[in-house]
Amino acid sequence: MHEITIAQGLLEAILTEAAKQNAKPVAAKISCGAFDAVNDEALSFAFEAVSKGTTCEGLKLEIVHKPMQGQCKNCNNTFIIDQTSIKCPKCGSEDFELLSASSLLLEEIEFQTETKK
Amino acid sequence: MKVSIGKKILATNEEHAAANRHLLSEKKKLCLNMISSPGSGKTTILTRTINDLKGQIKIGVIEGDIRTDLDAQRIKATGAPAIQINTDGACHLSAIQINTALAKLSLDSLDLIFIENVGNLVCPSAFELGENAKIAVLSVAEGDDKPAKYPALFAKSNVLLINKIDLLETSHIDFDIERAKADARRLNRDIKIFPISAITGQGFLLWCDWLAESVRNFRI
Repeated sequence: MHEITIAQGLLEAILTEAAKQNAKPVAAKISCGAFDAVNDEALSFAFEAVSKGTTCEGLKLEIVHKPMQGQCKNCNNTFIIDQTSIKCPKCGSEDFELLSASSLLLEEIEFQTETKK
Repeated sequence: MKVSIGKKILATNEEHAAANRHLLSEKKKLCLNMISSPGSGKTTILTRTINDLKGQIKIGVIEGDIRTDLDAQRIKATGAPAIQINTDGACHLSAIQINTALAKLSLDSLDLIFIENVGNLVCPSAFELGENAKIAVLSVAEGDDKPAKYPALFAKSNVLLINKIDLLETSHIDFDIERAKADARRLNRDIKIFPISAITGQGFLLWCDWLAESVRNFRI
């Protein structure tokens, strides 16, 4: 249940940006890699809990999971790793470097647009 | 109105990890983050390692547990310094906790710092602490399918210790070492694997040689 730590980091980042924009955040998009071990329900639940009473309360969270990628050491091709059989789809080599699979990023925030009277 | 951000969510932890890394590299101290399930034998491995390397390498330990200082007591009984962190329920150690613990250790009198993370095969591997390398521990009683089921830890670790191998001879444990090794190497071809028993000392010569060499190389 490390999602609570992630949720706190996320809340902090959104609040900082909200203060800059002086607007209420209504939605946010984040992305994560296979090694971030993020469970959508757990993270949404944790975010709901930590954001209570803040301007982020009720914010809609979109979580995008990025596939694990490798770079072939033989032909430099970058490919999505299929864990059942890992080899370069281009040249068939099994010698590859694992590209970072931890990339918890706050990608985008949507703010409420003020309605002018 | 949509605003593009592109900010790391765990940025605060990474800043603290960078501070730890800086301190450790300035003082030329090797730091290893040990991660496993609860009960895999991390503390027993550490007490035996400390004893086997006595007079050769001075080891300090940062212990992470949800509750109690039982592990720190076991380390201290060997004569090595230990700092206990209690996470009060949190499933992993954070870099800021290591920051505080490092300040309490007399770093100048040590060669190597082990961090024994909270027993958990998932969460601790997602949090950088400023270590030089991660050491995964898997005991044979847990089953040979764990590297396949929990790939993140095994992919991120430099070393895998397969512990309690003495049980393979004396108990009815169905653990295929070759399968565990092959699965650990699927995403991490370079991982060093040492089958050991912290009770009988099997495999400790190779493991301790690797440690001694790593400390030597790190000092240079």
